Amino acid sequence: MNGPAQNLLEVSDLTVSFPTATGHTDVVSHLDLTLEKGGALGIVGESGSGKSLTSLAIMGLLPGKARRSGSIRFAGDELTTMSESALRRVRGDRIAMIFQDPLSSLNPYYTVGAQIQEAYRSHRKGVSRRQARQVSIEAMERVHIKDAARRVDDYPHQFSGGMRQRVMIAMALSTEPELLIADEPTTALDVTVQAQILELLEEIRRETGSGLILITHDLAVVSEITDHIVVMRYGECVERGPVEAVFSDPQHAYTRDLLDAVPRIDDDIAALRTPGRAGEAT
Amino acid sequence: MARYLVNRVAAMAGILLLVCLFTYAVFFLFSPDPAVQICGKTCTPERIDQIRDNLGLDQPFWSQFLTFLKGIFVGRSYGDGVSAVQCSAPCLGYSFQSSQPVTDMMLQRLPVSATVAIGAAVLWLLGGVSAGLLSAVREGTWVDKTLTGLTLGGMSIPNYVLALVLQYVLVVRLQWLPFPQAVPFSDDPVQWFLNFVMPWIVLAVGYAAAYTRLTRANVIDTLQENFLRTARAKGLAPRLVWRRHALRPALTPVVTVFGMDFAGLLGGALITETVFGLNGVGKLAADSIAKNDQPVIMGVTLLAAFFVVIGNVVVDLVYTVIDPRVRVGT
Ligand SMILES: Nc1ncnc2c1ncn2[C@@H]1O[C@H](COP(=O)(O)OP(=O)(O)OP(=O)(O)O)[C@@H](O)[C@H]1O
Ligand SMILES: [Mg+2]
Repeated sequence: MNGPAQNLLEVSDLTVSFPTATGHTDVVSHLDLTLEKGGALGIVGESGSGKSLTSLAIMGLLPGKARRSGSIRFAGDELTTMSESALRRVRGDRIAMIFQDPLSSLNPYYTVGAQIQEAYRSHRKGVSRRQARQVSIEAMERVHIKDAARRVDDYPHQFSGGMRQRVMIAMALSTEPELLIADEPTTALDVTVQAQILELLEEIRRETGSGLILITHDLAVVSEITDHIVVMRYGECVERGPVEAVFSDPQHAYTRDLLDAVPRIDDDIAALRTPGRAGEAT
Repeated sequence: MARYLVNRVAAMAGILLLVCLFTYAVFFLFSPDPAVQICGKTCTPERIDQIRDNLGLDQPFWSQFLTFLKGIFVGRSYGDGVSAVQCSAPCLGYSFQSSQPVTDMMLQRLPVSATVAIGAAVLWLLGGVSAGLLSAVREGTWVDKTLTGLTLGGMSIPNYVLALVLQYVLVVRLQWLPFPQAVPFSDDPVQWFLNFVMPWIVLAVGYAAAYTRLTRANVIDTLQENFLRTARAKGLAPRLVWRRHALRPALTPVVTVFGMDFAGLLGGALITETVFGLNGVGKLAADSIAKNDQPVIMGVTLLAAFFVVIGNVVVDLVYTVIDPRVRVGT
């Protein structure tokens, strides 16, 4: 509707609420998000601030009791009024999601190959087994899983934590989605592996040009690979803007607290917080 | 995999040996003198001595036990000289009451117990699993609540009460079923089948209730799993999400329980067989306990243990096929 400059995702006035004994509580309230084509948006906030529910609301996968209002436009289409079957064609094909805990997010009963090709096969009709298998091997190679042709027949428990998350990412990539939502993709992993996974996400975004929403409670993570950030608290957006701006000049006390709470000494952040030294960051 | 199998079978043999030893020890220590029992009322001390000698009762415990084991594997003979009786393997001795070989008595009755067990298993699997699924899908609705109530009832009603009620309702009042008569399958297959209907139902009800509960709980748990969310996030049709991602993990534990339950029943359904007068292993056990017929009691105990142990191994093997996490050597 607004030509080539159209945004990939426009969320406006999103409210998610749960019934309580006395009425309803809003766990996400009046949230606006905008993501340009190929852009990367970080959503940051402490535990319980409504980050996961926001992503599930976009996917249309909220728990049954939850109520959702507001508008979610994806590539010009309104998702909130779409039929369930139309929504299923978007899910896993045009918008893919990566979850926090890769082990429990993978089904222990099926090989990783079977799980990677599942989305591909259900969205591309008439794909042969061989083709689908090839797609899953290629997806595994793209996330740098060594010996992919052999490991495609392994089960999730045979992979390490970091490798499982790579499998999850391969799964999301197989259909070449326009938008990738990663909900705390590195929280369950140790620090060195975290860095590798972030690097991988960044690389994929560069290569495929897909949009990325990265959800985390760790500001250091956001600073590395996103260009815009939204800070959430109690379901509301308390601050938004380009990463550099928010880092160098946080407007909200809560954001300042989050910045101070960054658990490790990170040169990038230190540099960003001191305006004069921003250029030195590597 | 082969090594795993060998280990399992070795462990199984060890357990069976222990069961043998334990059972034998119990009967050796706590039973009245079998010689007196066999001899009957008009009995001379010489006769008793002779019986003792025949059965080897004057031997020490270990020697008797080894003879017993030998009987199972290679057979044994009772007495010596011309009067010796050869009992071929697997020999579990002779009934004190009827003097028949225990092995033959059990083998004759095994088909009846197997028929009871198989029919009931089909009923309770179909009934329990589908009721459990329905209950889980309709969690919290009146369907679920009704099924939960029925489950509770099914688990708490004693078999013999249910048997009496069924007999009264199905045979006497409604006359849907004929009065049970013992007929061989070849004479009258219909009557034969109808004879088993009530035992099947009676036996199945308790299990079906337990399986409803188990299935319901497993399905509800599985639906909370993160990998179900992943499956939905892939845009899979609900049908596929269910079939591929929910049912298999939810029903796997049912397989284990089923293996054990079914194996247990092959050793005889004591109450059900007795109530309906079916000549199965369970009734044999009940009768021999009433008459303190030691060799038979020991035989059925070992048979039941045998099935349970075999059932365990089979379940383990099946598990390695259906659950990749316990697959060995991969
Ligand atoms: N099914 C539910 N029923 C009721 N309340 C819920 C439900 N799911 C989540 N909530 C509430 O919604 C709020 C936001 O949850 P959400 O999972 O989005 O938080 P989050 O920001 O992702 O936190 P975390 O960093 O721990 O993942 C929480 O306070 C939580 O208690
Ligand atoms: Mg979360």
